[in-house]
Amino acid sequence: MSRVRLIAVPVAAALVLGAILLLATGTDPLAAYGAIVSGAFGPDGIGDTLAYAVPVAGMATALAIPLRAGMVNLGGEGQLVLGAISALAVGLYVPGPGPVKVILALLAGVIAGAAYAALAAVCENRLGVPLLISTLLLSYPAMSLAGYLVRFPLKDAGSSLPQSPQLTEGARLPEIDGVTTGIFLVVAVIAVYTVIDARTPAGFETKVTGWAPRFAAYAGIDRPKLTLRLLAASGGTAGLVGAIAVLGFPYRFIDGALITPQYTWIGLLAALLAGASPLGTLLAAVFFAALTSGGFAMERATQVPRELTAVLQAVLIIFLAATSGVFKRKAKRA
Amino acid sequence: MIDASLFSSALTALTPILFAALAGALCQRAGVFNISLEGSLLVGCFGAVAGSWYTGSAWIGVVVAVLAATAYSLILAIGSITFDGDPIVLGVASNLLAVGLTSFLIRTVFGTEGSFSDPSLRGLGQFGPIPGQSLLVYLSWLAVPALAVLLYRHPWGLRLRGVGERPEAASSLGVDVTKYRYGVILAGGALCGLGGAQLALGSVTLFAENMTAGRGWIAVVAVMLGRAHPLGVLLAALLFGLAEAFGFRLQGIGLPQQATDAAPYVVTLVALFLSNLKRKKGQPA
Repeated sequence: MSRVRLIAVPVAAALVLGAILLLATGTDPLAAYGAIVSGAFGPDGIGDTLAYAVPVAGMATALAIPLRAGMVNLGGEGQLVLGAISALAVGLYVPGPGPVKVILALLAGVIAGAAYAALAAVCENRLGVPLLISTLLLSYPAMSLAGYLVRFPLKDAGSSLPQSPQLTEGARLPEIDGVTTGIFLVVAVIAVYTVIDARTPAGFETKVTGWAPRFAAYAGIDRPKLTLRLLAASGGTAGLVGAIAVLGFPYRFIDGALITPQYTWIGLLAALLAGASPLGTLLAAVFFAALTSGGFAMERATQVPRELTAVLQAVLIIFLAATSGVFKRKAKRA
Repeated sequence: MIDASLFSSALTALTPILFAALAGALCQRAGVFNISLEGSLLVGCFGAVAGSWYTGSAWIGVVVAVLAATAYSLILAIGSITFDGDPIVLGVASNLLAVGLTSFLIRTVFGTEGSFSDPSLRGLGQFGPIPGQSLLVYLSWLAVPALAVLLYRHPWGLRLRGVGERPEAASSLGVDVTKYRYGVILAGGALCGLGGAQLALGSVTLFAENMTAGRGWIAVVAVMLGRAHPLGVLLAALLFGLAEAFGFRLQGIGLPQQATDAAPYVVTLVALFLSNLKRKKGQPA
């Protein structure tokens, strides 16, 4: 009962608040909500939802990995973009047959993201800068670097936009019905995370650190080493998501294209919401992706700005955070 | 390379960050981890522009900004104190809510997408001896000693710090922990409102989607670098403002904009390293 209420009350509250906003703009809330649902899961919309779910679920998983140990990686944007630009450079310039290029490009993305996130871990372990701050601060220079590369050395000479040339036909991840085949890679990562989390000593050490950091230290878990490993895994996953993004449509790096849709922050919310549990994070990420792609459909159908769904998303999380706090307190008392 | 106009542009960059960082410092002192500064600033920007647009007075815009950002900070206050929710979740969510809500409102209220500016939109104008600075700039400087005195020379400040350091002890001495924490979050919201008003009506007069562009996060960093002391926070924010202004200057001699954009973050990170070298390890801020 309480578990149902835990979800139902915040969802209802968010829907009521959204309805008030809709009424204020003179729109029938039921029509707008109907458009979101049919837009997200209808035959025309399900492809968009999946396409959007790939980066969101990927970033959510990336950020969930350290979150499981109570570590917040706020630098996902930098790791994502660095992975993307590295994969692009390899895809453009490394010679060889197509499939080899794709594999090398994906690896380059993973390595770039992992190394950059590991740097943030070193900042905490060696230099005493908390992870929350070091990941965040390192994120901005990475975005600037990618912005520079795509404006000068990697710029598409034939275009006035800050974008790279397209990858050649062979060096791309193919699409199936508008959804990148990179979706299989993201699913594979989530599967690996699920198994490690549930079945291995490494997963157990991570969870113990998250539940009770002092006990973990007492039990001999080497926190700096764990931080380094978790951050490398997190950044590597973020870099992979970036690589998948440039190797898929539109097959190029466009400055800001991975930042503006807020993949990272929505992913972080999904991970926070699910307490970083692998399947819960995936579910939350897909739900948010559906809400976003439904928002575009709603805008087409009713002229209500699609940002409404971003508002709904955030309001839902706020209500969830508040009610989970209440339940936590009740459980403590009992 | 270094002249009066460099400092002037550093001051312009400094003010919104300083307001937000003072808000963060106040919260930190009372034991509230506030990472929703970014969202509060953005709501302040929107409130300032909306208020100025509807009334034709920039100062009513400032009042609206303060009220809007204060009301907005209730999300963190109610969520984390009354309902005991996780402040990090609430902070990240309320930052995203601010982006979504202001982008939604700019389209429904002003009917434009991306940014809104209008010749009849009133800005704050110039005040005092330093060219290009508004009254709010001076107000932000006054806030530094005022908060320092409040925190370290006034009974309120003593109780507030007690609430932050030993909540149980403060509570047993009859200090209402909840009331103090609500107070700092709401006061922080008001400060962010002032910062947002300066950003939207100070050297420019417009509202643009996500126009705070990470300044609220920089404020979080400044709180840490300045050890949550008003003076320390001022120095940290000033360092950032100077790095940004110096970056603009370097663009003038041909350095790419992206290199100079990154400079403030790198400088801040280096400053954090250096300040940690001097400090004993093992006391996380």
